[in-house]
Amino acid sequence: MNEEKVGVYVCHCGTNIAKVVDVVDVATWAGEQPNVEVAREYKFMCSSLGQELIEQDIKEKGLTRVVVASCSPHMHEKTFRGACERAGLNPFLFEMANIREHDSWITDDKVAATQKAKSLTNAAIARVVHHQPLEPIPVEINPNTLIVGGGIAGITAALELADAGNHVYLVEREPSIGGHMAQLDKTFPTLDCSACILTPKMVDVGQHANITLLTWSEVEELDGYLGNFTATVRKKARYVNEEVCTGCGICIEKCPAKVLDEVFEVGMGTRKVIYRPFPQAVPKYPVIDKENCIYFLRGKCKACELFCPTEPNSIDFTQKDEILKLQVGNIILATGYDLFDVKRIPQYGYGRLKNVFTSLEFERMVNASGPTDGKIVLRDGKTPPASVAIVHCVGSRDENYHKYCSKICCMYSLKFAHLVHERIPDAEVYNCYIDMRTPGKGYEEFYHRLLEEGTNFIRGKVAEITDAPRIPAEEGKLVVQVEDTLIGRQRRVPVDMVILSPAMEAKPDSKEVSQLFKMGCDFDGFFTERHPKLDPVATMTEGIYIAGACQGPKDVPESVVQGAAAAARVAGLINRGTVMMEPVRANIDQDKCSGCRICNNMCPYNAIVFHEDRHVSEVITALCQGCGTCVAACPSGIITGAHFTNDQVFSEIEGILWDVRPEKVLA
Amino acid sequence: MSENFEPVIVGFLCNWCSYRAADLAGTARLKYAPNMRPIRVMCSGRVDPQFVLKALRNGADGVMIAGCHPGECHYVSGNIKALRRFVLLKKMLRQLGVEEERVQLVWASASEGIILAEKVDKMTAEVRALGPLNWNKTVLGGNGHPVVKAEPVAEEV
Amino acid sequence: MSDKPKLAMYWSASCGGCEISVLNIHEHILTVDEVFDVAFFPCIADFKVHHVESYPDGYIDVCLWNGAVRNSEGEHMAHLLRQKSKFMVAYGSCAYEGCIPALSNLTSKEATFNTVYFDNPSIDNPNKVLPTESVQVTEGELTLPTFWNTVKSLDQVIDVDYYLPGCPPEPPQIWAVLQVIVGALLEGKPLPPKGSLVGHSGVAVCEECPLEKSEKTITKFFRPYEIVPEPGVCLLEQGIVCNGPATVGGCGALCPQVGMGCRGCYGPLPGVEDQGGKMLSAIASVIGAGEAGMDEHEIERQIEAVVDTIVDPAGTFYRFSMAHSLLERAKVNGKGE
Repeated sequence: MNEEKVGVYVCHCGTNIAKVVDVVDVATWAGEQPNVEVAREYKFMCSSLGQELIEQDIKEKGLTRVVVASCSPHMHEKTFRGACERAGLNPFLFEMANIREHDSWITDDKVAATQKAKSLTNAAIARVVHHQPLEPIPVEINPNTLIVGGGIAGITAALELADAGNHVYLVEREPSIGGHMAQLDKTFPTLDCSACILTPKMVDVGQHANITLLTWSEVEELDGYLGNFTATVRKKARYVNEEVCTGCGICIEKCPAKVLDEVFEVGMGTRKVIYRPFPQAVPKYPVIDKENCIYFLRGKCKACELFCPTEPNSIDFTQKDEILKLQVGNIILATGYDLFDVKRIPQYGYGRLKNVFTSLEFERMVNASGPTDGKIVLRDGKTPPASVAIVHCVGSRDENYHKYCSKICCMYSLKFAHLVHERIPDAEVYNCYIDMRTPGKGYEEFYHRLLEEGTNFIRGKVAEITDAPRIPAEEGKLVVQVEDTLIGRQRRVPVDMVILSPAMEAKPDSKEVSQLFKMGCDFDGFFTERHPKLDPVATMTEGIYIAGACQGPKDVPESVVQGAAAAARVAGLINRGTVMMEPVRANIDQDKCSGCRICNNMCPYNAIVFHEDRHVSEVITALCQGCGTCVAACPSGIITGAHFTNDQVFSEIEGILWDVRPEKVLA
Repeated sequence: MSENFEPVIVGFLCNWCSYRAADLAGTARLKYAPNMRPIRVMCSGRVDPQFVLKALRNGADGVMIAGCHPGECHYVSGNIKALRRFVLLKKMLRQLGVEEERVQLVWASASEGIILAEKVDKMTAEVRALGPLNWNKTVLGGNGHPVVKAEPVAEEV
Repeated sequence: MSDKPKLAMYWSASCGGCEISVLNIHEHILTVDEVFDVAFFPCIADFKVHHVESYPDGYIDVCLWNGAVRNSEGEHMAHLLRQKSKFMVAYGSCAYEGCIPALSNLTSKEATFNTVYFDNPSIDNPNKVLPTESVQVTEGELTLPTFWNTVKSLDQVIDVDYYLPGCPPEPPQIWAVLQVIVGALLEGKPLPPKGSLVGHSGVAVCEECPLEKSEKTITKFFRPYEIVPEPGVCLLEQGIVCNGPATVGGCGALCPQVGMGCRGCYGPLPGVEDQGGKMLSAIASVIGAGEAGMDEHEIERQIEAVVDTIVDPAGTFYRFSMAHSLLERAKVNGKGE
């Protein structure tokens, strides 16, 4: 142990480190520490010249360990491990001291910073002599991919991967793919018909030889790890045999029971009990809503079965949920979003004031195939409004609800204003906004178009919507109470209709979903990306990617970009076939395990198995993710966490405290 | 207690959240107490209570364990195990006369550089107010019998 | 004396059970007598300290030291016997790691004296007499050893060659170790490396424990009198603190087999620095309270509720290894006294 030859390299990082830390002092001091063969300082260790310094010393001075004191290992650990490897040194015989992010950048106190740099460098030296050479663990990548969520992000990812020749399982909770985009009428700012651009993609998915489409299905369990996941999927009973159903729709026509459609039509319309959510649904097979089906409720009816023209009959009341086990290498989560529940803001009157609508209700209303055949009318179903107020930032940019900006609401609120102008040219339209946020290609131009179309813009957050008039002009109207901050006055705007633009928010079950897939989500419930800038579709869990609004509010083009990006990441792994994983893994000494079973439920990945015959526990290396929780738990101290062994950490503690406790006690 | 006592705090930071929070604090050039000396572990669940005891024994005035927020652990629930150990350790450290402020568990997600920096500042101030721990000398030294002579202690920063 | 190897056994701060354990090797004691000359063994033969002082250095081949080092006399004897002995064996838990005497490291010397000389119900000390190190009587000065603040293990005072754990060590282990020593002394067989822990199984007590073990989730801990354990089932799983998982075996798991959680007398597994810290970690790890997804304070509150059922963590987890633990003692009155 004491015969290691350590090379220590202290980086100036230009002036980033050197202007606060006395790097020459640190290097000189490091050179005097036990085991240190050579210690140098250099302007930029990560430069090719810096790396060559290391390589040269390994070869010429026979270094057996390398320490670089520079930036965060998250920045350049790979770089320097590479340098070691090129010079023939196992890359795990390297350790980094972070004297930039954790030191020179956080203080102006040169003396303290230099002392801390010595501590961190010394800790690395003390640790590195205990390092063991390690070999990366090869993992084969199953080329099948699971995509969860059939909205536009999931559809895009599925098509990208399938078109590239890879098999995809696309799992969707609802009876059809399409997601929120299928509910929309027009998309901003180009005003394309949403269904017209989405439907062809849905059809592609439905027909693609490389896509297994599992709608009306949910993932219930996930086991395994990058390259080798096993997903357990519940394919809920449709009571319609997909093998024989032609999707002719006669059953839907003949079904005598109607219910309010709370999902696709957001309560604005009805649907039959055997139904397709919308005419262009993919797949085309209907599904029986068991809760409301007369046959399931009362034991007779079977009108659908009676009129089904296929042979054999497609209706199957005995169908059971199927449990499928899918073997996949990677997973893309594109589970989408929900809209903020506007009832949480009672002063906006939704549910109490009948002509207050949500954005999605309005989307369905203006949709030609929607419940009003595209006519903008009040709740009575016939009166067109003479004036409409559109309220931005409902539940977003609000300390009481969501602090974040929901990003797309300004644009769709502008779109609504345009649609009102288009359908009811005489109507007065008011957009009440806090700030107008229109960054995006063609977005600002769309805003200017609305300015020219005569929309009234009121800059202010709406305080209240009321039907209590104060003056005759307010009689029978909804009054929007808002401070117009541009003129510095409170205004009361009487209108016929109010549209609330609620925030996009995470699905209510996103926490459970994130736990199911063993990745993180933030306080708002949005899934956490590996890096907010540089790795926006990967997650902290290898092999699990995220795309679309499940990661944060975003519009269609951004969701498409993320779907494609996630697909590209997965395709890259599939192409490689085998990837090398960090060998930071736990290992149980089989000779010394007492079989106490303390560690057995430490592992979130079920990587620890107990052998009943031998009464010992063992770590399945391929399943282990290297967290070390079992290592800390093992009361016998016989689980080794590679690269984070007790020896290594203890030495690091001793090293880092070099200046406060030099003495040993022996009476 | 010397007038200009600056505590030394050993920080066990998890690779995914708190270490990155500390990286972010640096990248954002937040200025905070340089007293916390970080040791990277993969997960707060790796923090063996022995590490804390070892650091205290070896001269640390305080120990900070930092992990991802509950529910946000990169390894699902390692931080909850860290919390369970911490709660029991805290109870035991009370019996051992170690003031509560000296060993703290904090949560900081990768984006919470500012929170980590604030917690380090706060803990540094609290431990500074308590004074040095110096376990070997203060607690173990002077046993009513001669102790092996101590090597000179390096100057305090 | 003959030229047989010389054996010593000394009794420092301990209960004396270790001396009895030597006799517990039954008829093997005859072999011991056959092989060794006893050079110093105050418990069984009348030797005085001046006899030991008169021996040349290294005269004693094997000294079995039983007991922690509590005061200046213990320290003096430790140094003396070290000087006179070829092999110094820390015999039993007190010598090895402090054992029960070292639990007083959790408190102050003053508090210990208060308990022993004033507060114990059986004490009658109206004049509040406390031991003093020196007292003048007509015949001259009487002295008592200095009582230390901190109880030490033997190796914190002198250099130790071997450690034999247990409170007390179990007869088969004692005999096995004696055989190794005899083999070395008489037949020149190799000895284990200096500093070795000998006379144990190398694997935690659970290996020897026949109780059925499953995955563990504990939601409440019981003191032994609060529960009648279900037979055949791991005590820890039933909420009885059992230090078996963190304690090296060799004892045959005697305690858990009779329904008493392992108290940890054999000390930690070789390579583990701090038995209490490790046991604490293990036991806290399997607490079944607080789940991700709850409110952060609620998680802590639920865990605290379970932890509160562990009455005396330091005394429980360091019952035998306080002196050898990383912190060695508690900070009392702002320092160690």
